[in-house]
Amino acid sequence: MKTQIKVSTCLSLLALTVLAPAIIGAQVTPQRLLDSAKEPQNWLMYSGDYAGRRYSALDQVSTKNAATLAPKWAYQTMAGGKFEATPLVVDGILYATGQDDRAFALDARTGRPIWQYQRALPGDIRPCCGRVNRGFAILGDKVFMGTLDAHVVALDAKTGNVVWDVNTIDYRSGYSITLAPLAVKNLVLIGVSGGEYGIRGFVDAYDANTGERKWRFYTIPGPGEPGHDTWEGDSWKIGGSPAWITGSYDPATNTTFWTTGNPSPSNRGEGRAGDNLYSNSLLALDIDTGKLKWYYQFSKHDEHDYDATQVPVMVDQGDKHFILQANRNGFFYVIDRSSGKLISANPYAKVTWSDSKDATGSPIARKDASPTPEGTRVCPGAAGATNWMSPTYDPQTSLFYVTAREQCDIFSTAPQPYEKGHAFYGSSYFPNDDAAPFWGALRAIDPVTGKCKWEFKHPSPTWAGVLSTAGGLVFTGDAEGNFIALDAASGKVLWHFQCGASVYASPMSYSIDGKQYIAVAAGSALFTFALP
Amino acid sequence: MIRPNHSFALLASCAVALLGLLVLTARAQDKNPYAGDSKMAQLGEFQFRANCAFCHGLGARGGGRGPDLTRAKKKNGSADADLFRTINYGVPGTAMPPNGATQQGVGMTPEEIWQVITYIRSVEKKASAEATGDASRGKTLFSASACGSCHMINGKGGRLGPDLTSAGSARSFEYLVDSVRNPSRRLAQGISEAMKEFSQEYETANVVTADGTKLQGVVLNEDSFTLQMMDAREQIHLFDKDKLKSFEKTRESLMPAYDTKTISDKDLQDIIAYLLSVSAPQ
Repeated sequence: MKTQIKVSTCLSLLALTVLAPAIIGAQVTPQRLLDSAKEPQNWLMYSGDYAGRRYSALDQVSTKNAATLAPKWAYQTMAGGKFEATPLVVDGILYATGQDDRAFALDARTGRPIWQYQRALPGDIRPCCGRVNRGFAILGDKVFMGTLDAHVVALDAKTGNVVWDVNTIDYRSGYSITLAPLAVKNLVLIGVSGGEYGIRGFVDAYDANTGERKWRFYTIPGPGEPGHDTWEGDSWKIGGSPAWITGSYDPATNTTFWTTGNPSPSNRGEGRAGDNLYSNSLLALDIDTGKLKWYYQFSKHDEHDYDATQVPVMVDQGDKHFILQANRNGFFYVIDRSSGKLISANPYAKVTWSDSKDATGSPIARKDASPTPEGTRVCPGAAGATNWMSPTYDPQTSLFYVTAREQCDIFSTAPQPYEKGHAFYGSSYFPNDDAAPFWGALRAIDPVTGKCKWEFKHPSPTWAGVLSTAGGLVFTGDAEGNFIALDAASGKVLWHFQCGASVYASPMSYSIDGKQYIAVAAGSALFTFALP
Repeated sequence: MIRPNHSFALLASCAVALLGLLVLTARAQDKNPYAGDSKMAQLGEFQFRANCAFCHGLGARGGGRGPDLTRAKKKNGSADADLFRTINYGVPGTAMPPNGATQQGVGMTPEEIWQVITYIRSVEKKASAEATGDASRGKTLFSASACGSCHMINGKGGRLGPDLTSAGSARSFEYLVDSVRNPSRRLAQGISEAMKEFSQEYETANVVTADGTKLQGVVLNEDSFTLQMMDAREQIHLFDKDKLKSFEKTRESLMPAYDTKTISDKDLQDIIAYLLSVSAPQ
């Protein structure tokens, strides 16, 4: 015993001496999050920066040497289901969440675990689309995750111990949380999933230290609030409009941008006449109060499950400030970030639900695109022209890269009475009968023209997001299990690796000891790659 | 002091036992509580559309992905309890997933499963067209038409086409007829994403290798960079696409289209009756 103590004392002294800078650096201040561009070796939030660009300024891996990329390590969660998380990396430690609300911290050089956490989930949770979690937010000495039973949990970053655990709402009425929270100032922001259950969606802000709720913004206006009259009768109470993808933040205007999902029931408009605000919308909220500054609704009175839950990407051009979004409904939108006014909307995938625009240029739904008892064929299908997987904006090429899905579906009505906590779709959909198979593509879109500059075709639609890097590269994955590096300027494939199972996540990049890594989740493992 | 305690304990244990029995009864229920209830059948139809129609089609008539459920005889058991079990737990080794894991719906409560069963009962037909075929004659025709040169049944036969051991009950009658009459119209459909990691669709590949060798065969699997195919002599070939001189994939099936002159309607009905007898033997 004595010897052991001595050895461990020596080791800790040694550790203190050697690792002192790293330990001090582990405190992630709000300022560090604001200045994330100053530390490209770290990946401090879900989308890499507050602008939601998923761009890494690291350039060690480049178009010149990407062909020599090699796997460095893999971490197995040993869990089934989809592994959708984007890890964070801070000063050498990688933090990620996984299926069934597990979480872990790893030595980012080797993949060796430092701690592991597994939430004890109740047996009757009802996540709609897999027992998934997309990742952590980090602030101070804590990491934050949302859970499938609709809690927000703060874990001690060094041990994984639970520091606080707050219940956002009763999960039994159909709520869950799958997104990675967003940490801003001293706040932890989350939004809820549950558009399949007839919830009333919201975005919440919690005090990072205590877990105390600071504000809540309901994504469906209550009685007396503007927009309430866009719902028929009491339909607003069960109108869905979840907010299940991480927002972005503009420090210059103190505004956080969040996107919302479908109105409920998702594919049946009967009983909820009106535009159904703020479903399928982009919301500009004051970060301190949660008050709505403006909104833009992409798909009014949606009947095709066209959630607008794609990361809103902030891009500036001179003194013009924009939000770019390749929407699930098949249009690529450019929106003025200061006013919420639409600049342009152009299709980036096959679209049949709309063939005209209103005076503002907003696409309008065709009457005959509504689901019918016999079924109506509509493009894009229910999974959308894209979905939650992240796009990326590369400031070097000034191009926006998005995973496009070319699949049309047949939408048919299936009216359902609302019952608390029960599925509430009002319709069903299935793949169309076309002889030609569905397919997908990585598309590079010029935001100025809305035109596609190049595309790389996938043999089937994929659920992998996209990362761009200063090495002139974009990284993405496919349903066939490949993780792929392409030349960001031309779309030429430079390297690929077979992960052994579909990529259901968005990649990220970090650097330790002067070595750049690219990381992506595939199957039940997290893979990292670097130059040999 | 002892007696009240004792009786309380007895009472408590009785209560626990009774509760346990109640729970057990609820779980092990093997009779449909909604049998014959047309309102429940309608609710069941909506549940069916949201959760099941993706593979079993509108009206439960099956198709290229799932069995025709309007048949009275179900492969994995036709009793209420069998249907409940099949829906709730899925069928391992097939595309039928457990309740809640279909990725198409959010899963059903036990009540909703019983509603679906009520709906299925309401659309079941007593005698189906295929049941009128002559299975033993079908077996002879199956060999005479050389179906077995490309298709296996119970481990015997060719490898180029899909194994037909379970095709009879896994696909609708109309689908099977269409597959023989018009094989290229709809290739054998697999289900990509969620259901299965990859879908084999028996597409035809025409390949010219770097040394100029021409090969034709069936695609076993494919991704952006590689191709795995089987040629007409059942040889498996593994290719990197960028090393091929040319690679062309068509959705023209290698299976010939059999018109009524080659196989009459009656003969085809017998062949399908044979397939059905193989896939769901009694």
